[in-house]
Amino acid sequence: MLFPPPKPAGAPHRVVITGAGIITALGAGWKANAAGFRAGTTAFRPVTLFDVSRQRAKIAAEVELPADLPATRLSGKKSRRLNRAARMLLLAAHEAWEQSGWQPDEPLPVVLGTTSGEMSLGQDYLRQALHSPDDFKRQATRVVYYQVQKPAQVLCDAFDFQGPLTIISNACASGANAIGHAFETVRSGRARRVLTGGYDALCQLTFAGFDSLQALAPTPCRPFDAERNGLTLGEGAAVLTLETLAGAKKRGAEILGEIIGYGAATDTHHLTQPHPEGRAALSAMSAACAGAGIAPEQVDYVNAHGTATPQNDATESAAINRWAGAHARRLPVSSTKAGIGHLLGAAGAAEAVVCLMALRGQWLPPARSLTTPDPACQFQLVRQPEDATVEIALSNSFGFGGANASLVFRRWV
Amino acid sequence: MSAVFIHGLGAVSPAGWGVDALLAAAEKEQPLPVQTLARPGWAKTLTVRSVPPPASRLEFLAHPRLRRAATLSQHTIAAALEAVGADIAPVQAGALRLGVIVCTMAGSVAYSRRFYEEVLREPATASPLLFPETVFNAPASHLAAYLNSPAINATLVGDGGAFLQGLAMAAGWLAEGRADACVVVGAEELDWIIADAVRLFRKSAVYTGGAGALYLKMHPPARTVLSAVTDAFSFTKSQTRTTAARQVRGQLGRGRADELLCDSEADPSAWPDWPGRRLAPKTIVGESFAAAAAWQCVIASGLVQAGRFPGASVRVVGANQQAIGARFMNAEQPAT
Repeated sequence: MLFPPPKPAGAPHRVVITGAGIITALGAGWKANAAGFRAGTTAFRPVTLFDVSRQRAKIAAEVELPADLPATRLSGKKSRRLNRAARMLLLAAHEAWEQSGWQPDEPLPVVLGTTSGEMSLGQDYLRQALHSPDDFKRQATRVVYYQVQKPAQVLCDAFDFQGPLTIISNACASGANAIGHAFETVRSGRARRVLTGGYDALCQLTFAGFDSLQALAPTPCRPFDAERNGLTLGEGAAVLTLETLAGAKKRGAEILGEIIGYGAATDTHHLTQPHPEGRAALSAMSAACAGAGIAPEQVDYVNAHGTATPQNDATESAAINRWAGAHARRLPVSSTKAGIGHLLGAAGAAEAVVCLMALRGQWLPPARSLTTPDPACQFQLVRQPEDATVEIALSNSFGFGGANASLVFRRWV
Repeated sequence: MSAVFIHGLGAVSPAGWGVDALLAAAEKEQPLPVQTLARPGWAKTLTVRSVPPPASRLEFLAHPRLRRAATLSQHTIAAALEAVGADIAPVQAGALRLGVIVCTMAGSVAYSRRFYEEVLREPATASPLLFPETVFNAPASHLAAYLNSPAINATLVGDGGAFLQGLAMAAGWLAEGRADACVVVGAEELDWIIADAVRLFRKSAVYTGGAGALYLKMHPPARTVLSAVTDAFSFTKSQTRTTAARQVRGQLGRGRADELLCDSEADPSAWPDWPGRRLAPKTIVGESFAAAAAWQCVIASGLVQAGRFPGASVRVVGANQQAIGARFMNAEQPAT
């Protein structure tokens, strides 16, 4: 039963990550992405997926999808029919699943974040409905497959997961909120394990939307740069397998890291602009640390939301400055959107994987596009690849509509 | 944690603005009148049910955030405010931390359609006013802004079952101390593009828009409790709709002779041995995914609150994702 939940046995469970999968414009898989994030590689290029000739911005971090999908329970025909978002989700989930060593032997809750699912199919549907109103060929298929739950359902069929399936769509915080909800689900004992993450594919509607707001940079984004001029969109998927520490230890699983805190808050200032003081961001970071039982001084790295819009980075800087206090001047911070762009609903999940990589590899991911650090940043902006001692990392995700979420991860040794 | 109390209900539906209108329509069990909706490119029209205009101007539209808000947001806010009722003031004053959960399947389809039509005509001048309203969580954001509520907020997207998942999520937030109270809203919007799409799957379906809301706290006084939300049984290759619905029954139990079943389908062959009265609100108000599931819960909870039934179960067999159930009981009855 979802409610009332099983009675918790004693203290809340510790929640560990035993599998992680990722696909971004840096490549498919942990290895390619870790190498790219560690080096501070940027992966922007001219958009090829749709026409941007009439847009202000013309670049994005497009994913080069592998020709073949991994073997799953899906038929070859069904696999070939999958569109971009579903393919990316499947690739990331396959990697996480393989790494976890899980078996589909019990209902597995799946909690995913996304903003637009397979919106390119929704676009196709509308175009045909407008231009050929009496032609219904393939329209029913488009209706089914554009919906945000469909790629997740495909995932369940591919691996024989039975669900339940929960889709959180909190704009750019979707992935982080999904992981946070999954974390609470395991921590509270409502499930032994959860597969979680986020996915989003580039589409014309979203690209044109951010362009209409003049939020897109015509050049690759430069988070926390004094001369920053907007965000650059990306796409991808990232998936984590979460389970109780006791469960992971019992089956001898390799533990990649531990989630120790999740905070969420709502910024009610404006639909698309954060409050200048970053009150909700501060609340989310503070709540995540309080839940984790740590002080800001114990955080060794912050993966910032850092979209590179003037407003976001100013707000986030103010929030980090206040949250970290005197610790700020020693605190390494970077936004890995400098390399892969803004993955929207997948951003929080991809950046959670980046934090795991930093914790596992003991390095800090740089943003090498940064040339003139914004003087408002009292913290250490990571600009060059460097090794570091990273025991605890915090990841921020802030979205349209004021959805703010922070996650805290601890190194597992 | 054995119960969560229902402290308020809200509804905007083709029956009218408010829970009373919805309950009255449900008690009559007569389909509400239908209207027609123009479908561009067609001489014939779509058959739909629309929400009647409000009796007076909605006061919340004076809020600067809401002047251009989509109909979806307006319905969400109206239903939520009715449900939260007397607690609006303490929430706005910061004395009560209100969690907000909005559930939808299609989201803001009208603004999405309008925005993409503009993109197709001329991407360079597509409206920056429309785009933010197309984002799934715009209604939840507007609601939180109107209530000045900085607490946790989420938008769940899925078929009608997402609303019941939202109830369980709210119960979790209350138990974890993330909020003092939660409002859960199910909302959908009427537009030709969605009515047209629904027709591709069920020609007889009459699409509608609107919203329903439940306001939850962990303590009394309240006349109704949420006593159970079953697992959400996904439709997968190995679990059909029928199997999933059966699993829901397995968790909800046999039911009692004096217990109402508020069903998403008017299908007597489903759970044929249900011992009590059955009601299928969609036959009265129409299809509206998450809003329809919310109305089921509002009706079930409202009829228990009114003393018509000591308990009521809700069964949602969703459009394409999951089967899930819930039970509402009179607060003085022991949960079964």
